Formats: sequence, C-alpha cells, structure tokens
Amino acid sequence: MALSASTLQIGESRAEVIVDDLTRTQLVMYAGASGDYNPLHTDDKYTTEIAGYPSVFAHGMLTMGISARVITDWVGDGRITKYGVRFSRQVWPGDTLTTTVTVESIEGLETAAPVALFTVSTRNQHGEEVISGYAAARLDL
Amino acid sequence: MGVQRFPVESTHIMMFARAVRDPNPIYADANYAANTEVGGVIAPPTFVQASAHFDLDYPLRPPVNGPWWGSGRDATGVADRAATGGLHAEQHYEYHRPLLAGDVLTATVHDGKTWQKEGRRGGTLNFAEQITEYRALDGELVVTARGVSVMTGKVVEQEG
Repeated sequence: MALSASTLQIGESRAEVIVDDLTRTQLVMYAGASGDYNPLHTDDKYTTEIAGYPSVFAHGMLTMGISARVITDWVGDGRITKYGVRFSRQVWPGDTLTTTVTVESIEGLETAAPVALFTVSTRNQHGEEVISGYAAARLDL
Repeated sequence: MGVQRFPVESTHIMMFARAVRDPNPIYADANYAANTEVGGVIAPPTFVQASAHFDLDYPLRPPVNGPWWGSGRDATGVADRAATGGLHAEQHYEYHRPLLAGDVLTATVHDGKTWQKEGRRGGTLNFAEQITEYRALDGELVVTARGVSVMTGKVVEQEG
C-alpha cells in the first residue's frame, strides 16, 4: 500500500484532474463540512453586489483539500508528514483543476525511515497555477 | 480562536471527505480501515480546518441570534458592510501522527510573524501568520498548522 523508497525515482510525477467543472454545490458542501460559511464562497448576491467579485469563488482550503488526494493516493494512508501550499490565484465555479505531484528528493535512505519530499502544483484549465506547495511522506524501505 | 474540545468523529470525516471529493474508503469505511496499517478511519490531511465548528467564537459562522453579513432580504444583512479583502495566502501542516476518528483534540492558537509587500494591483498587502497546535487530551502534539492571511484595502482578484 505505502510507497517503497527503492522503487521511487526523483523527478517521477503524477498528474490528475481533481475536479472537472467545479460546481457551486461543491462550495456549499465544503462550507458545511469545514464550518467556513464566509458568504464569499456560497452567496452570489453578497459576493457580486457587496464584495464586488464576479461570482462566488472556492475556499482556498477546498482547493488544498481536493489536491491532497493526489498525494495521499500515491504515498498511502497515514504516511503524509507535511503539506503546505501558497494560494496564488482564485478558483471559480466552472474551473477544471489538475494537480501534479513530483518527487523532489528522498532523504534518510540509509535509515529505517526514509522520507520523500514532493512538489505540489494545481493548475486551472488556462494553465494558471492556483496553488503551489510541497508535501513530505514516510516511505517503506 | 482556540478550541477547548474538538471531537474527531467518523461521520464528520465522511462528510469532509465528500466535500473534498475523496472517495478513499479509509475516510468512510470502518471495516475496511480496521485492516489497514493505520488500523481505523483517519482524517484527510486538511481536516483540522473543520475545528472551526468547535470554535465558539468563530466569526465565519452565522450567529444563532444577531445579524449575519450574507444576503437575505438585502444583499447583506449588515448596514455599511465594506469589502474587507482579507484572503487566505498560505497554509502549512505538519502531521506528527495520523489523526484518527475517536481522537479528541484541543487547539491553541498564537500569532506568528507579520510582514508587508507591495501588491501588483491591491496596494500594500499586510501578511499575518497564525500557528495552531492540535493536541490530544494527554498533551500529545498531533498536528501543527500555520496559516498566513493577507489583508488589503481593495478587492483583489489575482494576488499571491
């Protein structure tokens, strides 16, 4: 299930479409599950008329949360030790997002607990990066 | 901002996993999870954000009594509501062990660094860091979170 350090290659990467045509309902689901009911993410009337944005937009944490699956599906359950991102661009209803996770380095190969470091990048349908970051995970030998 | 008691419950995890579009049975199926390395249902990596539900003073939840700034009869429920422009700039997590359904956590928050940057469109951007430690009831550190927020006077469409 978990990844083995002996088979993982530096530079190896996985890319996956994590959402195709993001819906407003998905934003509502995230608001309810996370408890972040900021109207900017669910209330088009407030967001366009008062806040001045073209429409509601995704919680940054929704994009971070959806992107995580590409990491955890690869490294295995309970193996992630670090995950961090910078939010560089807003995500809008209708967006299609692709997350790419790439092995940057493997540390501790001489130990019983090697760790892989990954870069994480999620881009929209225009190729624009919406989040960029990193993750780390414990590997098997 | 702190949380005295954040019960990590399997139904909440299931709903959160749906909200982040993750069908992995480790988040929803206790029988499946029992036979894996982690031994039970675990929480997805960003789940601790949902501790907001247990923060009694969380400002982004409509109060039971009192006005809310989202729309109802009018576009906002609060008079003279100005756009705040406060946005989430960065989020970082360190996982000291897997977070399991059944864990009960506390969250303590402290402020980190602050800094300024000139934005491409939004004028001066003011960044502020906040660190949250999620601990089990016996004090064991389970997750450390570091969030960075950015405030600006103007509506920002595409700032980093």
